[in-house]
Amino acid sequence: MNAASQPALEVRGVTKRFGALVVLRGIDLVLRQGEVLGLVGDNGAGKSTLVKILSGFHQQDEGDVIVGGERARFHSVEAARAHGIETVYQDLALIPQLPVYQNLFLGHELTRLGPLRFLDKGKMRELSRRYLDEINVHVPSVDAEAEQLSGGQRQAIAVARAMRAATKILLLDEPLAAMGSRESRLIIDLVKDLAASGRISIIVIDHNYAHLFELCDRINVMQGGRITVDQQVHETSLEKLTELMVSSYRRALEDVSNPGA
Amino acid sequence: MHSGAPTPASAPAVDPPGQRRGTASFGRAVLRLFLYQRELTPVLITIALVVFFTIKAGSTFTASLSLSSAGGYAGPIGAIAVGEVMLLVLAEIDLSAGQTFLFAPWVEYWLHNLGVPIAVSILIALVVCCGVGLVNGLITVGLNVPSFVTTLAMNFILFGLVLIYSSYTSASPIPLSASNGSPSFSSQFMGAWLWTEIIWVAVIAVIGTVVLTRTRFGVRIIATGGNMLGAAEAGVPIRSVKVRAFVLCSFFSGLVGIVDAVKYGSLDPGNFGVDYILYAIGACVIGGTALTGGRGTVIGAFIGAILIGILEDGLTLIGVSTNDFYVWVGVVIIFAMALNAQFDRLIARSREA
Repeated sequence: MNAASQPALEVRGVTKRFGALVVLRGIDLVLRQGEVLGLVGDNGAGKSTLVKILSGFHQQDEGDVIVGGERARFHSVEAARAHGIETVYQDLALIPQLPVYQNLFLGHELTRLGPLRFLDKGKMRELSRRYLDEINVHVPSVDAEAEQLSGGQRQAIAVARAMRAATKILLLDEPLAAMGSRESRLIIDLVKDLAASGRISIIVIDHNYAHLFELCDRINVMQGGRITVDQQVHETSLEKLTELMVSSYRRALEDVSNPGA
Repeated sequence: MHSGAPTPASAPAVDPPGQRRGTASFGRAVLRLFLYQRELTPVLITIALVVFFTIKAGSTFTASLSLSSAGGYAGPIGAIAVGEVMLLVLAEIDLSAGQTFLFAPWVEYWLHNLGVPIAVSILIALVVCCGVGLVNGLITVGLNVPSFVTTLAMNFILFGLVLIYSSYTSASPIPLSASNGSPSFSSQFMGAWLWTEIIWVAVIAVIGTVVLTRTRFGVRIIATGGNMLGAAEAGVPIRSVKVRAFVLCSFFSGLVGIVDAVKYGSLDPGNFGVDYILYAIGACVIGGTALTGGRGTVIGAFIGAILIGILEDGLTLIGVSTNDFYVWVGVVIIFAMALNAQFDRLIARSREA
C-alpha cells in the first residue's frame, strides 16, 4: 500500500468507559488523505470523547488508532501533537489576558537567548500579522488582548492556531457553536480554504447539517457510541441522511426490546 | 483610538470647538493611563504619603536612617510579595512564604554551627527553601490539594521545626552579621549594610518582572492562571509551570530571609510567618494584582510593599500609635481592591461600547 492511498487516520474498535458509563462501544472510522469528514450525532453519542482520544486528552480502553499506517497510542496531548494532530475544542481555548500573537504561539512560543527562553516578541508579532493576513483573518491588532475580540474573532484565532501547528490532521469540535451567521461564515471559509489546499485531513463535529454539507466530503453519524451511518456527501442528501439515522435508531430500539432476536 | 475627528455634518451642533474637547480627550487619556498602568495609583499614593510625612515629621522622616527603617518594613514584605504575585497570577497562593523567609536563616545558622562554611550553609539553606516550594507544588498539583491548604499546613510545619530545633532559644550572632568590628564586604553584601536588603528586593522585583513579562515561563504562568483548561489544551505543561512558580516563590523568600537575618544579627523562634505573608498579599493587592488569576504586576507588589513600609514608619514618626497603623493598612487594601474592581468594570464597559 503506498502512502497516497493510505488513510490519514484509522480508528479500529475503539472503546471508552468512564466508570460504569460506556461512551464508545467500538468505533471504526477512516479519514482519507486531504478529506474533510463530518461527525454528527446527539449529545452524549460520544463525539467529543472520540475527538479527545484522537487528540491525546483521553486514552481509549481498547482498540487501535492508526496514523499514517502506524499504530499510535497517545498518552498526552503532546504525543498526539508529535503525530501532527491539532485540535480546536468546543470550549474556547484562548487566554483572555494574552495578546493575539501570544495566543497564536501558545505552546509553541518562539524564544531566544537559549535556556533563558526569552520571548522573541518581535518575530512572533511579525509572523502572526503575516499569517493572519494570509488566511484572511482580521483582528484590530495582533497586540489586542483576546478578551477584546468578538466571539467569532476569538474562534478564528483558535482555529488559526491549530491550522498553523497541524501538519497532518485537524480536529474541530463544534467550531461554530455559539457563533452568529456572519461569524460562522468566517470560520467555514477558513476551513474550506485549508481543505482546498489538500495539505491536511480534517474531522469536524457540528450539529448544523447545512454547514456540514457545505464543508465536508463525507459524513459519519454516531449513535450510542457507534458509527451507524457513513455517507459521501455528493451521494446523499439531508433527507436521505435523516432517514438512515432514523432507521438505524429504530433497529437499535428493536435490538433492545427483543434481545433474543 | 478616539482621535477620529467627526465630520462637520455628523458633529452635534452644541459641540464646542477646540478647547473643551481637547480637555476631555486629555482626561480620557489620563484615565486610560491609570486603567492600564495599575502600578500608577500606588506610586501616586506613596509619593503623597512621603510628602505628607515630610511635612508632618520634617527632617526625621527624610533622614536616611528613617528611610532605611521604612525599608526595614518593606524589605521582607516586598521579597515575599514578588514571588507571591506569580502564584496569585496562577490563581494559587503560598501562605508559607513568610515562614520560609524565617526558616531559611535558621537552616543556615544550624549548618554553620555544625561547622559547615558560611557560603555552603547559605547555599544549602537556599536549596532547602527550593525543596519547600517543590513540596508545596507537588502536593498541590499531584494530590489536588488547594494551595491555600497545602501552604497553610507547610507554614505550621516550618514554624514547628524552628521551635523544635531551636529549643525555643534565640539565635545570635548570625554568621556574617556585623555584631563586632567593621563589617567585611561579604557581610555588607549579604545584609549588614542598611540598604542591602531593599536593594536585594529591588533586584528580585526586576528579575520577577522580566520573568513574568518577557519569558516563556511568564507567558505560561499568565496562560495557566487565565484559562487553565485552555492552556493545557494548547500544550502548556500547567503542572510543571505551577510547581516551578512555587519553587521560585520559596527561593525568593528564603534568599531575602537570610539577608534580613544578617541585617538584624539575631533570630527569634517565636516570629510567625503569617504576619509577613498577610502584609505581602496586601502589598500585591495594593499593587494592582487581582486574586482571580491571569493578571498581576511584580513592580506593583514591590511598590505596595514600599507603601506599607512608609505608612508604618511615617505613622510611628508623627506619633500615631501602632494600633492606628493596622486600621490604615486595612483601609488602603480595601481602597486599592475596590479601585481595581472599578477599573476592570470601566475597561469592560469601554469594550462593550
